[in-house]
Amino acid sequence: MKTVEEIKAAIEAAVPGAGVTVVLNPSPSAQHSLRLEPAHALAVAAFLRDDPELAFDYLSNVTGVDWLDKEIAEKVKVTRQVTKTVDGPEGTKLEQVVDEIVEETRKHVEPGSLEAVYHLYSVALRHGPLVLRMRTVNRTDKVELPSLTPVWRAAELQEREVFDLYGIVFTGHPDLRRILMWDEFKDYPMRKDYVEPDDYEYEPTAHDAVLKRAQEHRSREQGSRD
Amino acid sequence: MVDNELKIELGKQGILVTTIEELYNWGRRSSVWPMQFGLACCAIEMIATTMARYDLARFGAEVFRPSPRQADLMIVSGTVTKKMAPQVVRLYNQMAEPKYVIAMGACAISGGPFKQGYNVLKGIDRYIPVDVHIPGCPPRPEALIQAFMTLQKKIDGQPLTGEGRPRFLDADAQCEFPVPEQGAHDLEPPSNQGVWPVEIQGVGSRERRDIDGRQVSTDH
Repeated sequence: MKTVEEIKAAIEAAVPGAGVTVVLNPSPSAQHSLRLEPAHALAVAAFLRDDPELAFDYLSNVTGVDWLDKEIAEKVKVTRQVTKTVDGPEGTKLEQVVDEIVEETRKHVEPGSLEAVYHLYSVALRHGPLVLRMRTVNRTDKVELPSLTPVWRAAELQEREVFDLYGIVFTGHPDLRRILMWDEFKDYPMRKDYVEPDDYEYEPTAHDAVLKRAQEHRSREQGSRD
Repeated sequence: MVDNELKIELGKQGILVTTIEELYNWGRRSSVWPMQFGLACCAIEMIATTMARYDLARFGAEVFRPSPRQADLMIVSGTVTKKMAPQVVRLYNQMAEPKYVIAMGACAISGGPFKQGYNVLKGIDRYIPVDVHIPGCPPRPEALIQAFMTLQKKIDGQPLTGEGRPRFLDADAQCEFPVPEQGAHDLEPPSNQGVWPVEIQGVGSRERRDIDGRQVSTDH
């Protein structure tokens, strides 16, 4: 199989302005992936399937990743003007303005996103996997991604699952409904900020995180009874 | 009332002495029709129990009915997800009295390995009264047979009048159990206060421990 860089070059030659980035995997598996621009994802997917040298005819897996908002603290060197009292001549005091280099920590928040990950194989050419990623704009209101179901029918149920558990809305999906949870369910359980229902009434062998939750439940229950 | 020894002695002479209650319960326990439904891997063991090797037919329970209207026994064999729970309770409500429940396996009695998950009910006894709990993952067919024999013993011991009579002979007893709603975050209500928490008979003599494993009280 071509390397991800070669595939990236092939995509960019076929789909102008596709905006594909290579996401390197530094682990020993070295399973690098390609991040697609959602706007061009359908065209790129069709190319990957139809190109005779790539022929990714089999979509084996679709999954999601939740990237939380990240607070990044940077140390920046800033020059500041500081007024200092200096001993002047003949015992007088003088006020002097001095430049001083101070280290400041600046924090900025990198907005989080939801990511859909696709694993592709080629049955015809017996190669793969190729990992595709797509990211939403944020985690709250702009969570749309184009559905790849028109290209690979296998994506239909798995995109429904990603929609159900992560809340990514796949535009162009023929039948986007919840698949594992019930229709009235409002949360997205695989998101990192999901809060489970508190039904820890009885834990026979509670330990670690479960013990903590069970104790919290117990204290709340006792508080409401008093 | 004929005492037991005399009854056995008369039996040897070919005279059968019994009571209506005994005869009635003998009839009930010897022909329990379980409902034919399985929820997960425990169902495979349940199927094995009914087949030739373990042969549940020896106990009069070989007729698995595919309709709740014709069944007396619900074997909850497997994981009950929160999506499935309302249907299980509804099926139970549709069964005619007298009806009994065996919760088979770790999942059905407590949620099992999925207990800390967001989508699995932590035991079917939160919504319907369970007569026999069998632990195991999955329980072997022998365990299901043991549970069935325990249930038969329970049926045998039920008086037909007075305190402790089965629900179908008690006009005031509740025979229908509220079906939980599938809410925005969880099942609503999360448990049926009428049946949960379960009062375990005979547990009073054992020491009770709280969630940290400390001994709370010792009842005698």
